[in-house]
Amino acid sequence: MLGYHLSPTARGKAVRAQGGNLTEKLHLWATSSIKARAIDLIKSPTGIQGLDELTGGGLPTGRPTLVCGGAGCGKTLLSLEFLVHGALRYGEPGVFMAFEETAADLVQNVASLGFDLDDLVARRLLVIDHVRVERSEVKASGDYDLEGLFIRLDHAIRSIGVKRVVLDTLETLFAGLPNPAIPRAELRRLFGWLKARGVTDLIIGERGDDPGALTRQGLEEYVSDCVIVLDHRVVDMASSRRLRVVKYRGSTHGSNEYPFLIDECGISVLPIASVGLQHPASGERVSSGLDSLDAMLGGLGYFRGSSVLAAGTAGTGKTSLAATFAAAACQRGERVLVFAFEESPSQIVRNMRSIGIDLAPAIAQGLLRIHAARPTLLGLEMHLSVMLKEVAGFDPQVVVDPLSSFMKVGNENDVVQRMLLRLVDALKVKGITSFFTNLTQGGGAQEHTDVAISSLIDTWLLVRDMELGGERNRGLYVLKSRGMAHSNQIREFSLSAQGIELRDAYVGPAGVLTGSARLSQEAPERSGQLRRDQEILRKQAELASKREGIEAQVVAIRAEFAALEAAALAVIGQAEVSEARLSLDRDEMAHSRRAEPA
Amino acid sequence: MNTASADTPGAAAAEADCWILRLYVAGQSPRSLRAVANLRRLCAEDIDVRYRLEVIDLYQQPELAQCEQVVALPALIKRLPEPLRSIVGDMSNAERVLVGLDLLRRASA
Repeated sequence: MLGYHLSPTARGKAVRAQGGNLTEKLHLWATSSIKARAIDLIKSPTGIQGLDELTGGGLPTGRPTLVCGGAGCGKTLLSLEFLVHGALRYGEPGVFMAFEETAADLVQNVASLGFDLDDLVARRLLVIDHVRVERSEVKASGDYDLEGLFIRLDHAIRSIGVKRVVLDTLETLFAGLPNPAIPRAELRRLFGWLKARGVTDLIIGERGDDPGALTRQGLEEYVSDCVIVLDHRVVDMASSRRLRVVKYRGSTHGSNEYPFLIDECGISVLPIASVGLQHPASGERVSSGLDSLDAMLGGLGYFRGSSVLAAGTAGTGKTSLAATFAAAACQRGERVLVFAFEESPSQIVRNMRSIGIDLAPAIAQGLLRIHAARPTLLGLEMHLSVMLKEVAGFDPQVVVDPLSSFMKVGNENDVVQRMLLRLVDALKVKGITSFFTNLTQGGGAQEHTDVAISSLIDTWLLVRDMELGGERNRGLYVLKSRGMAHSNQIREFSLSAQGIELRDAYVGPAGVLTGSARLSQEAPERSGQLRRDQEILRKQAELASKREGIEAQVVAIRAEFAALEAAALAVIGQAEVSEARLSLDRDEMAHSRRAEPA
Repeated sequence: MNTASADTPGAAAAEADCWILRLYVAGQSPRSLRAVANLRRLCAEDIDVRYRLEVIDLYQQPELAQCEQVVALPALIKRLPEPLRSIVGDMSNAERVLVGLDLLRRASA
């Protein structure tokens, strides 16, 4: 009603012009301000994978952001990445005011991550200023301020046109100077000063013992535009790193805790890619690697992008099914990523070779990658983060994972389910077909043990042991398969050097028969079949001979009839001839007696 | 203010036992002027070593701030003779300055 980007005075003028009583004027004022803002906050991207997504574009430009956490959380690393990526990718030089570490230490610490700080300094993209404030060295006489810090900052900013500033960590000023009131007063001045220069600053604060405060010296009082808290805790002997955007003025942000990783590439945060269930469903089908199994799945195989689970007790051949699927995918030229948590890659290759699946060429071609690690090494979230990172890096079409590894590491069922949900979700969004294997406890009720995850799985294959007559054989059946008609038959599943074979299970009077029981039942069946066949042949021969006999009789009767017919016809012929003679003779006699005039 | 002005009573500053005192200030703020005045008076009246006082304005030479590790201003840094000593403030407390420099007050004449 009153336009968009109005200043308060302009608004005031407009309100007065409209007239009306006080209530109306207040209403006008309020609604005009509501209509004013549709401008998005400008943000500076951090370049850290996942963090930019979380914050909706990065940190607020020209404003201070507080990054706090305990010792060793990764605050310095985060800030360094902010500067390095800012310089290299976004063309924004930066300055790192280091209060705790020397420049040399910093350079060395991040050299292993591939960040060459010396090079950046030489290229005038980065300035590192180590500020040493040592309590024991400093004596105070009279009144002072921190103008020296301002001068240094100003000098650094001007020298290379800095746009990003990191202060790590201002709390040393409080500890290092005799009178804490002075730094406190100067801090206020500092943030105003930085804002006036339009630089995006990242203030690092260390968490103290007080659980109520975010930082030891209460830096959060001064910096309240954006606050990020890092956390590093040890749960069940596994370390877990988390990040949370506690506050972000002027912007929506993901406000949950997100796990992050620090590895040889730096920090990566992995938020859930899709908040809703909006991933597209593909209609394309991929073969499972076994024609007989494809036949059980509506004739075509799994849906692309679906999640498949092969569950069964130990030694039922789940890994073999997975390997068959992987080999088939590699044959189609698709990339496959296999996570192995129980066997080493070479062990898997060897084991699969024994059933006729050779994975070595696919590995050599770079189509198949096996990522092996012990699951107890990482916490559940790190596990997930590592997996997602590998998937992002390798970009496969198929992922194979032993689910049991999740179960082993995770303690409560719902935590595990949440992790799985994120994994499956992330894979579905990318259209990656995932194949999980799960080791279940034996003793029946296999469909019930995994009730927590059944809703996440689209196709569920169950491999069961069937014990009968002193031996165990495996049977496979499709428990469920969403979106397609599937077979409900249990088929006998055997592994040999030629690979996996699915045979029709024989259902005898006692139930499903497999193995030798089937063989012993099949033999009498076969002989019975043979007998019946022979009986049929005999009957057919009998019929043929009967037909021949009757046909011969028919021929004889016909011949007799023909003879009779001929004789009768001859007699009739003669009678007709004599009748004609008689008539002629009568006429001649009458003529000779001159009964009629000549 | 001059970038560096030296007050030396007597002989050349190159002598080994001559104290080199550098006072870093931020322009001509009241505090800076106070510090200069206080220090000059202190040096003239209360100490009995040979010294050379230099006043350096960091607004003119900001790059020196990093080299000398100056954070608080005004700052007095004594480099020679060893050890290095630094005192921050407007030098209004003469006793503190002397203690900080490891000097004894000159006995009153």
